[in-house]
Amino acid sequence: MTARTAGLGALALAAFVLLAFVPRLGNAYYLALAISLLQYTVLATAWGMFSGPTRYVSLATTAFFGVGAYTVAVLGEILPWPLVLLIAAALGAILAAIVGLSTLRLSGVYFVIFTFGLTELIRQLVVWFEVNKSRVLGRYVFVDITQADIYWQLLALTAAVFLLGWLIARSRLGFALRVIGEDETVAKHCGINTTFAKVALFTISATVMTLVGAIMAPRWTYIEPSIAFNSMISFQVLIMALLGGAHRLWGPVLGAVPLTLLFELLSARFPNTFTIILGCIFLLIVYMLPRGVAGLFEKLAAAPGGKTTQRVAA
Amino acid sequence: MSRESGTPVLEVGGLRRAFGGLVAVNDLGFAVGQGDIMGLLGPNGSGKTTALNLMSGVLRPDAGTIRLMGRDIAGLASYRIARLGLARTFQLVRVLDGMDCRENIRAGLAFQKPHLPAAEAERRIDTLLDRVGLAGHDRRPAADLTYIDRKRLELARALAAKPRLLLLDEWLAGLNPSELMIGIDLIRSLKADGITIVLVEHVMNAVRALCDRCVVMSSGRKIAEGATADVLSDAAVVKAYLGGVAADA
Repeated sequence: MTARTAGLGALALAAFVLLAFVPRLGNAYYLALAISLLQYTVLATAWGMFSGPTRYVSLATTAFFGVGAYTVAVLGEILPWPLVLLIAAALGAILAAIVGLSTLRLSGVYFVIFTFGLTELIRQLVVWFEVNKSRVLGRYVFVDITQADIYWQLLALTAAVFLLGWLIARSRLGFALRVIGEDETVAKHCGINTTFAKVALFTISATVMTLVGAIMAPRWTYIEPSIAFNSMISFQVLIMALLGGAHRLWGPVLGAVPLTLLFELLSARFPNTFTIILGCIFLLIVYMLPRGVAGLFEKLAAAPGGKTTQRVAA
Repeated sequence: MSRESGTPVLEVGGLRRAFGGLVAVNDLGFAVGQGDIMGLLGPNGSGKTTALNLMSGVLRPDAGTIRLMGRDIAGLASYRIARLGLARTFQLVRVLDGMDCRENIRAGLAFQKPHLPAAEAERRIDTLLDRVGLAGHDRRPAADLTYIDRKRLELARALAAKPRLLLLDEWLAGLNPSELMIGIDLIRSLKADGITIVLVEHVMNAVRALCDRCVVMSSGRKIAEGATADVLSDAAVVKAYLGGVAADA
């Protein structure tokens, strides 16, 4: 088991080292595409870290992403870059903890609706503040960050997220979240502080999303609330994580990569009917792959040997 | 039979909980001594499960005290009460279907303080699997288990925390006669280990076989309390609970 873990770890490390050379290819289109791929990989993986085990469906991805982007828009020119990222992460974490403490008592569809409303609320707050206090509606982002810098930062964040997710999955906290996802009442009676566990993971996941928003912000030179808080991001991340399979750490990436490429293709070829096609794809995924691509792989792996993986003791 | 001189494991006094206009538990009081099995009886809707939910922290009482080993736990969160040594099973059996038997039991002990060393925890899981009759099933998904095996697994999870007090909510319901014998023997063996038990049960044979004392509820109130044989022949109990028909089941 440990040999296998070490092998996989070495493989992952080699992959990351190889991926670090993508900007050296010197092709601006491929770099832009690679940035999109990494952006959605991190967002979907972070989404799955919380929503996978707990089965709480969050549509707040955009809210945190937007807070990160706006932090850069406001502070990017004033403070050194690492400090800006740190502040963005802190803001995301604080917001997530507040939201988590006040909403994670909600369950099912109420939580979904609240998280969707939260995004809109924050967007409106930002608009109100900018119009009435700062007297601007948009902001220019002039920071000395190249596309390659964005790519490398996202790649480092990707590595950090997978490492973090792997550690959490092996920890008591990770096990607690799986028990909560199975049956929250039982979890409480097993001595699990369910509120703490849920808020902790929601906060970790949201902090990562906020960082993605902050890292991505320099890509646009002009930011306004409708760009930073584009609710399509929440839905796309949700679809990707579900397609990949949110019950595994490596599941969402299996959805993020093909769908990012597909969205890229569709939005270029069918700019007007893009959202209709998106809706149909979503329906197909839910009907055909309820446990995502990861679930499909597990099934295929289990099929030939049959009894080897699960039902030894039966 | 014994009511030891020391602090009762569980002591309930003046317990009350209303849902709107319906008073589900009204001025309920009783005590359970160390190592006793107390039957909590009453017709459907008499407030037994509400009483269990108040003790285990699912619901907050409107009034009253609940003392576990002398410590007031009324209104505490479920997870705190669980860590203080109270475990329970549910009327509709609740196991973690997406996990195997070993993980189900691990859920019962992993969050107790102080944390056990991993090797010791695994040993205890093996002991518990054996104890409830699930030895060899440790890697089997809980979803594949038969009804009685699900009940066994739920009990093993409750026992994993080494509880001082175990609340069993109709744990014997729905078992066939031979399974019932196994179940009764299993609960009796827990008593031999010194675990104090509150048993909500409709199976009268099991109540007679297991309970030292009984409390009978009707419409949220306690209408009888005492030694099992006396309580079951009490005229008020027979009338309220059995509708006037003698229970020789």
